[in-house]
Amino acid sequence: MSSAQEQAADQRNSRNGWLLSAPALILLLCAASGPLLIILVYSFLEPGKYGNVEWVFSLDAWIGVLYSRDIFDGTYKLADAHLTIFWRSVKLSLYTTLFAFVFGFPTAWYIATRSPRMRTALLFLITIPFWTNLLIRTFAINQIIRNEGVFNTFLLWLGVIETPIQIIYTDFAVFLGMTYVFLPLMVLPLFAAIDRFDMRLLEAAYDLYASRWQVLRRIVIPIVKPGIIAGSILVFIPSLGAYVTPRILGGGRNMMIGNFIELQFGAGRNWPLGAALSVLLLLIVTVALVVYVRFANRETSHG
Amino acid sequence: MTTPISVEAKAARKIYGAGEHAVHALNDVSVQIEKGEFFTLLGPSGCGKTTLLRLIAGFETPTAGQILLNGKDITELPPNDRPVNTVFQSYALFPHMSVAQNIGFGLQMLGRSKSDVDAAVEKMLALVQMESFAARKPQQLSGGQQQRVALARALAPEPEVLLLDEPLSALDLKLRKEMQRELKRLQTETGITFIFVTHDQEEALTMSDRIAVMQSGKILQVGGPREIYNNPVNRFVADFIGETNFISGRIDGGSVRLSSGDVVSAPTGGLQGDVTVAVRPEQVRIGPIGETGSLAATIGDTVYFGTDTHCHLHLSDGTEIVARLQSPPSGNAGLTRGASVGVRFESGAVAVLSQ
Repeated sequence: MSSAQEQAADQRNSRNGWLLSAPALILLLCAASGPLLIILVYSFLEPGKYGNVEWVFSLDAWIGVLYSRDIFDGTYKLADAHLTIFWRSVKLSLYTTLFAFVFGFPTAWYIATRSPRMRTALLFLITIPFWTNLLIRTFAINQIIRNEGVFNTFLLWLGVIETPIQIIYTDFAVFLGMTYVFLPLMVLPLFAAIDRFDMRLLEAAYDLYASRWQVLRRIVIPIVKPGIIAGSILVFIPSLGAYVTPRILGGGRNMMIGNFIELQFGAGRNWPLGAALSVLLLLIVTVALVVYVRFANRETSHG
Repeated sequence: MTTPISVEAKAARKIYGAGEHAVHALNDVSVQIEKGEFFTLLGPSGCGKTTLLRLIAGFETPTAGQILLNGKDITELPPNDRPVNTVFQSYALFPHMSVAQNIGFGLQMLGRSKSDVDAAVEKMLALVQMESFAARKPQQLSGGQQQRVALARALAPEPEVLLLDEPLSALDLKLRKEMQRELKRLQTETGITFIFVTHDQEEALTMSDRIAVMQSGKILQVGGPREIYNNPVNRFVADFIGETNFISGRIDGGSVRLSSGDVVSAPTGGLQGDVTVAVRPEQVRIGPIGETGSLAATIGDTVYFGTDTHCHLHLSDGTEIVARLQSPPSGNAGLTRGASVGVRFESGAVAVLSQ
């Protein structure tokens, strides 16, 4: 075949490739990039009186992310309430990720070391919570931990406590709920990584005088690290943007970014601020991911 | 002067599972392994050789019995407290570490200083001739190179005993031969007691100082390669080590009357009645028919193996035996199918075994 013919064939192939993936690309473009672009544009506009936006360029929304304007003298102050919400979101998401790992790792290890039949059954059990609506599961937790709930009633009946322990509507309740909801997202990638782990390496390490702790730290963790990274990302990102769980278990006072954004689009009638907050959330997630993956990779290469 | 004992198993028993499904992997095995010797556990798969090795390494604890190291009971010690290292069949190199980090791992875990570890790693790399591969990752190495790294890693902490679990089984024939000599060299150079597990009788014969032949969780015979090869204690050992012709016979006075009616003289070792006679194929000679002391036979198939030619012979009662002859430079030296010949056994080549 001459090179001209080959080139033509190559061109045809690449054109066909684009053509074949066009439906998916168009869908992605419309469903992901489109809305993102709209949000980005909205964040630079002025709020309309009854929601929506006025098509006037303004940086007010972005200033409003960090500063609040005094309605009497027009001066700007750092918006402590906003910072508290950001900090709570990041903090609770980190805790959630950490504890999902602490609970998820032994679980995944246990499943990965069972017989094939047992393993299938256990993985099936792990996915069962996905069958029930998130809202219902979160209300179920509400029922357990609220002041008149199962937990407090039981402790009161035992006589261990005299007044109910306030768990619901605290940061702890939000953390608890998110850990419960996102735990499977940690277990599944961890399981996949541990499943590939060659258990004979454990004996090799014990044989070379490593203690149990050293085996875990020097052999197991570095090798299953891709699973840890994947699981952490899968838990951290939805935690940061969580809406339902903080709303139901955190009440009105323990807002996270997700609730704060919803507030701007709803009762707050400040769409540009909501849009700016959404973009900020995206930025936080991106930065966190880049930092985390960089850090994790550096650890691997020198360990 | 007797050589001090390095490792000793005292009535070691290992049973997996319980009740009807219990598997008796090791049945009260007792064996003494001398300091600095190359000791091989040889047997077919499932004979318990790997189980015995794992008991010595500490990966398993015996159901009953004891494991001693230098006379001290180490039965309950975990593997990381035993001065014993293992070369695994799969090598089990740590994939996330370089060759140098793999080799240094043991010493690092023992808490040696960085300079000590580095020096030992360098020494080990030189010992296994892998100096230029220190920075590579295991998956960038060939099977033979991985094998060398696994050896260096196990030798680096200078263990009292090195355990080798079929370490050569994954290598091709040529590389295997090379590594056999390499292993023997390393053992002589380091003076460490090697306990080697294999199912390959040739490997066992070429490398070992002593061999223990195992079957069904028991040790059948312990001895030097020559002793095991020439004086097998029973039919299983004779059959497992090398190729052997078995001819049934009966003790008749001081000699043995074979099933073909021929009488051969052999040390009967006090046996009576029905016996089995074992003759190695290379000790069967073919000559003209009617030669004194020869057995009448007819030639069957001849199979050419390069250096050797295997000639299948039928004795007068139909019993088939094999003679291994050095291949003549040309032709098959008159080994025509159906020809009648006389067969002689080399003196001292006939072993009489109980049935």
